[in-house]
Amino acid sequence: MNIVCLGLSHRTASVEQREKFAIAESELGSAACRLSTTDGLGECVVISTCNRVEVYAAAPDAGFALAALRRFFAERATADDTAFYQADATESIRHLFRVVSGLESMVLGETEILGQVKKAYQAACDAGATGRHLNKFFQRAFNVAKEVRTKTNITRGSTSVGAVAVDLAEKIFGKLNSCKVMILGAGETSELTARALLSRGAHSIFVSNRSHDRAVALAAELGGRAIHFDKWHDELLPADILIGSTAAPHAIVTREKIAPVMRQRKDRPLFIIDLAVPRDVDPAVNEMDGVYLYDIDSLKAIAGQSLEVRRADLALCEQMIERHVAEFGVWLAKSHLPPLERGAHLAKRLAAS
Amino acid sequence: MERSLLVASTFCFLLGLAYTVYALRARHFRPSRFNLSAIFCGFVLQSAFLYLRGEKVRACPVTNLFEVLIFLSWSIVLLYLVVGPAYRLSLLGAFTSPMVFVFQLFALLAPIDRPAAPRAHHSSLLELHAALSVMAYGAFALGCVAGVMYLVQERQLKSHQLHSIFFHLPPIHDLAVAITRLLFAGFALLTVGLFAGFLVGVPMLKVVIGEAVWLAYAAILLGEWMKKISPRRFAVLAVAAFAFALVTLSGLNLLGGK
Repeated sequence: MNIVCLGLSHRTASVEQREKFAIAESELGSAACRLSTTDGLGECVVISTCNRVEVYAAAPDAGFALAALRRFFAERATADDTAFYQADATESIRHLFRVVSGLESMVLGETEILGQVKKAYQAACDAGATGRHLNKFFQRAFNVAKEVRTKTNITRGSTSVGAVAVDLAEKIFGKLNSCKVMILGAGETSELTARALLSRGAHSIFVSNRSHDRAVALAAELGGRAIHFDKWHDELLPADILIGSTAAPHAIVTREKIAPVMRQRKDRPLFIIDLAVPRDVDPAVNEMDGVYLYDIDSLKAIAGQSLEVRRADLALCEQMIERHVAEFGVWLAKSHLPPLERGAHLAKRLAAS
Repeated sequence: MERSLLVASTFCFLLGLAYTVYALRARHFRPSRFNLSAIFCGFVLQSAFLYLRGEKVRACPVTNLFEVLIFLSWSIVLLYLVVGPAYRLSLLGAFTSPMVFVFQLFALLAPIDRPAAPRAHHSSLLELHAALSVMAYGAFALGCVAGVMYLVQERQLKSHQLHSIFFHLPPIHDLAVAITRLLFAGFALLTVGLFAGFLVGVPMLKVVIGEAVWLAYAAILLGEWMKKISPRRFAVLAVAAFAFALVTLSGLNLLGGK
């Protein structure tokens, strides 16, 4: 029995090409079911995410199976042959193991892909499109992903400024449910960061901007409250996270403004995210007890550092994957043997060990 | 038999220490079942040792510095097993193992296991005083460990240098809460222990030393309660106060017995 894969991804095809072949999540099961009934294809799983569309099939003849998969893609749209990649035997096993481990993702080590592959596999299962070989193959792939994630640093840290800011906030406050956020300067980056914080449970947004109308508009969008720019420091006391992104040519958040607030806050920390260039916050503020200041460069440095840590573990991940590829290859090679021969193989292995 | 149990227990904590060092060097620091299992085995062996020793001395086994150190180590591990999971401070174990290992190794190597003078009469209040006081020190020790974790986390957050351990330490705010609770728990135990000692009439010098520790922690907790000290200073004081408490513990022992 052979396992083959045909598809296109962010590495081989542009978004314009990928979107032509994208399949809605609700249709993944039926597509897999339809393919699995094609002559020569016994089992199929169809994966479709924003970065890739791939089909995996188990079939006795790899060439025949790949031709059937090519016809499946050709029915949906047309694209250059260079947009597609195909793999059979060991190569297809390695490919799926790398995909679920996040090694083929646009952001190295991202974890969303595992959930997407699990959903695609479940849809195929529910539609009756999988059998013994693909069931074993995908279960092994999920185990590989789990091992890679737990035994290496491939998912360590965050790789975008917004996500790093949210991670840091959680390292300071724990759950963000009771955190209040103040935005100084209604820019796009500060809005994105505030939205990321809101998605993790933060609430009560205060928005202050030189143009009060813009502050009112953003506050309405985020479900917060607008405050006048010259009064922001009067309203700082209840805030836990301060995001600065004004276009001011000099620091507007200084020790002198923060010190009286910190005295009243007692032991509640204050996390300041300075996204502005020139900076909105005087760096000396970071020396104050209970104040944690991060500017855009330090956030970018942490994101870069996370990516470096992930890259450093790439070889280790590949080693783990290779071990599983070899083990699964052995299982697959023997899977087509009649039960008696499989028993003999097992006895030989036991005797050898 | 007794000593073998203790050696085996110390070995378990050595394994915990080795794991911590390995994990730190490999920049792959994360809570591990291995570490928890090592701590749990060490605790079971400690308990067996203390049971046998208690049978031998026919009292709570805190009759000399050797026993006090083992009982203290046992209290630290017991409290860790109770509060660690409750406050999601699983890494407290990684920091606890080295401390307990050092205490037990010192107890095993130093010539401090001298039989105490036989007591004229058995008093359950005296047993309560001794046991509660040492358990209070256990809570202070764990508060000290949480303080060290706080300072490590705080330093990384301030310097923007996030190492492997950063991702596995609890949020700094949770650590501050844990230090407060551990110190309050220790303070309450010490208060009851000292009161029991006062009732039973322990020597005045011992009472004074015990009260010095009590006063030090009372001052720290009062400062925290009145919000007069920052969380960072509170963490530093939790570490410093435990160092002071340890010194007084050996001082108390020089005065002999309970």
